[in-house]
Amino acid sequence: MNALSPLPAMGAAGCEARPIVQERGQREVFCGLTGIVWLHRKIQGAFFLVVGSRTCAHLIQSAAGVMIFAEPRFATAILEDRDLAGVADIDDELDAAVDRLLVRRPDIELLFLVGSCPSEVIKIDLSRAAARQSKKHAPRVRVLSYSGSGIETTFTQGEDACLAALVPTLPQEAPHAPPSLLVVGALADVVEDQFARLFDALGVAPVRFLPMRRAADLPPVGPNTSILLAQPYLADTAHALEERGARRIDAPFPLGVEGATLWLRAAAVAFGVTEERFDAVVAPARARAERAMRHYRDTLAGKRIFLFPDSQLEPALARFLSREMGMEIVEIGTPYLHRRHMASELELLPPGAPIVEGQHVEQQLDRCRAARPDLVLCGLGLANPLEAEGFTTKWSIELLFSPIQGFDQAGDLAELFARPLNRRARLEV
Amino acid sequence: MQLTLWTYEGPPHIGAMRVATAMRGLHYVLHAPQGDTYADLLFTMIERRGSRPPVTYTTFQARDLGSDTAELFKSAAREAYERFSPEAMIVGASCTAELLQDDPGGLAKALALPCPVIPLDLPAYQKKENWGAAETFYRLVRALAGPRRERSRRARRSCNILGPTALGFRCRDDVREMETLLATLGVEVNVVAPLGASPKDLTRLGDADFNVLLYPEIALTAAQWLERTHGQPFTRVVPIGVGATRDFIAEVARLAEIDPEAASQVEPSRLPWYARSVDSTYLTGKRVFIFGDATHAIAAARIARDELGFTVVGLGSYSREFARDVREAAARYGVEALVTDDYLEVEAKVMELQPELVLGTQMERHIAKRLGVPCAVMSAPAHVQDFPARYSPQMGFEGANVIFDSWVHPLMMGLEEHLLAMFRDDAEFHDGAAPSHLGGKQTPPPAAPVASDIVVVWAEDAEKELRKVPFFVRGKARRNTEKFAAERGLETITVETLYDAKAYFAR
Ligand code: SF4
Repeated sequence: MNALSPLPAMGAAGCEARPIVQERGQREVFCGLTGIVWLHRKIQGAFFLVVGSRTCAHLIQSAAGVMIFAEPRFATAILEDRDLAGVADIDDELDAAVDRLLVRRPDIELLFLVGSCPSEVIKIDLSRAAARQSKKHAPRVRVLSYSGSGIETTFTQGEDACLAALVPTLPQEAPHAPPSLLVVGALADVVEDQFARLFDALGVAPVRFLPMRRAADLPPVGPNTSILLAQPYLADTAHALEERGARRIDAPFPLGVEGATLWLRAAAVAFGVTEERFDAVVAPARARAERAMRHYRDTLAGKRIFLFPDSQLEPALARFLSREMGMEIVEIGTPYLHRRHMASELELLPPGAPIVEGQHVEQQLDRCRAARPDLVLCGLGLANPLEAEGFTTKWSIELLFSPIQGFDQAGDLAELFARPLNRRARLEV
Repeated sequence: MQLTLWTYEGPPHIGAMRVATAMRGLHYVLHAPQGDTYADLLFTMIERRGSRPPVTYTTFQARDLGSDTAELFKSAAREAYERFSPEAMIVGASCTAELLQDDPGGLAKALALPCPVIPLDLPAYQKKENWGAAETFYRLVRALAGPRRERSRRARRSCNILGPTALGFRCRDDVREMETLLATLGVEVNVVAPLGASPKDLTRLGDADFNVLLYPEIALTAAQWLERTHGQPFTRVVPIGVGATRDFIAEVARLAEIDPEAASQVEPSRLPWYARSVDSTYLTGKRVFIFGDATHAIAAARIARDELGFTVVGLGSYSREFARDVREAAARYGVEALVTDDYLEVEAKVMELQPELVLGTQMERHIAKRLGVPCAVMSAPAHVQDFPARYSPQMGFEGANVIFDSWVHPLMMGLEEHLLAMFRDDAEFHDGAAPSHLGGKQTPPPAAPVASDIVVVWAEDAEKELRKVPFFVRGKARRNTEKFAAERGLETITVETLYDAKAYFAR
């Protein structure tokens, strides 16, 4: 029996060969508060209280699809003139808001105070407030804080900040604990369950997930923990976990058959799984996924796609779309490129397409118009205007709200990109 | 600090965006962090606009703070001018930039751009969306309308239509309906603004003889200024509903000095006949709760009582600027006005009043859905459903037709309601069955808490009898009976008590 060995590095096609352009100008990307929209559903018993302005409240409400839940697990403490003018004591006001909230929602076990641009600019110390309130409401409620502000975080970085805030509260792993795997990054429950079954079949155990589904079930962490990132935007969280002794397993992200295989394989290598076992476990899922994707490949192959920056998933998506779907990549926008976490993705990306980090939305739109791609991946603010200009678009936010990782979602992921093209082809009006 | 789950209105710069997006040839440079660009999707997704709002955001980041946010603003403004060559620009700050005190107005002035640049001062920590829209429109009108001019007396009198914006509730169709109505009356429309107007059009506002004010929340300040400065009177009646439309026509006839007989040319509404036709008998006295912006809520109350024969049991608005008007209107219906922007308070009120129909905003639609009460949406904040593909105004006589349909549709159809009362024990006809044409299940509203010291208990047979009362009035029957018993010191409610109370409360 042969233990799995790491794949050789790809060499020439790596990131050195690729132009990475930095762009500055108007960004058309949400701020980190947006992460609340999926996190508040993911962690049961958690509640998110934004300390911000009416704009912040309006943003989350709009991003949440305008009022889908009658009683959401998030709220905003809106700063008013009297708070800014010093007429009201911000600490007292905030404590009162939290007290009122906890009375109304006795089910809250974990409360996040979420900082915003205004709270950062006027320097409200939310970590101190969180410590004070934690003491006051212990043991019923733990209170933590992080920033989702638009001056510091872009869209998915809000989840990074949230998880990073959780890391110091994770219990210490027992000193002689056997090696364990911690999968980091919010995944749909159904995807998490599929991965858990695969890890189990591979004999990789124990496997835990962060964020956890229940606020109280904090996964332990320590020097025997290996972390496997399920999302590409977790720079601070990974760093905080590494500070606690955990080791990061380098892998591409589990998008598409290839991504899912390499991602699982990297963990399997770290846990000494044999080649035979790995192949036996993964083969049926791979075959199923190949079957599910085949059909969409006909639609997508040879088509040209332009990716606007949004979630930091863009390089991994481009890798999937080019290598598995046969698409041609025109430009890969990303709000931020974590060169270390992205290294194995960049090695896989076919050479050519420039990666543009940051954004100047007007210039990017000019480039997109000039290139006339068959498909544009972009945010909700740009999609209809581009459609009206005759482009076919795919909303990027759907990639955060739908299960797309793993073998059994590979077909769905392909379908998300094929659907706009199919739709275009159907419509005769 | 205000604890908020949902907000009825966005911040004031969203109001400014609604004005800018409604217009042509105007560009807005907004000093704001990147997350504030979410506002674009309100227009591109909710309203399904095929172009981006004409807004450039500076999207400053933490690393820019304290060093060059002002420089960033200047380059953004300069670039925006070069790229879009607007006829005029508005500049301002969102909540975060307001704290930086970079003074966008001053910075833009220093750039000496070759077009009018109008600075906006929209205090984000005090004011809200509608105020922001009103202030923006007023500033634009003030800056661009020019000095008062002599108007020659013409045979055809002309007016401006003021107030419709982007993302407004049915503005698109209201304007068309009003243009048709005014044309039939022989009144010329000089400028419609802000919707569809360019800055150049605003310079012509003073040419009209009077103004038609459709949305006071947005354009009252501007209309008042035009009255003072340009001597243009403006209409006070908002033509929502049959009665209001008739009053509006009379008002226009007076301002335009035209023969009110011209009104006979206007195609009348079907609402008066539909409301009189016998199938509408069952609408009599339906208890409605109304909440929305001030204009739509006040108009809805009049239609509900006078044109559909409903009973108004609650009236409220989130438009604090118009609280006085809402209170006056509420007094006319013998109810207490609910002026709040806290949706939890509105929800509590709906639970307490147990109306049979809720007329509100998208928020009330959610409240009503949760409580199993039928609901029709008649006010902003707007939702994608509030931009229907078909022509669907709220104003004028066609608007009254639309209102009749959309308010009556969610209710149980007349005969269905009677059958339900007769065959209440039929398995498929049981309580909680929703109107058949709406398909779904319905959960009866929870009983309202009774405020009383005396604990009254229901005898078993009385409880059983109560269950025979149709579910949509059962809550009220329960409340009334308990109140009746408590007032008389009865500790047990029997079948007798139930019918005594019924007779007592009979109208
Ligand atoms: S960018 Fe800043 S001010 Fe705007 S919504 Fe996000 S946190 Fe709030």
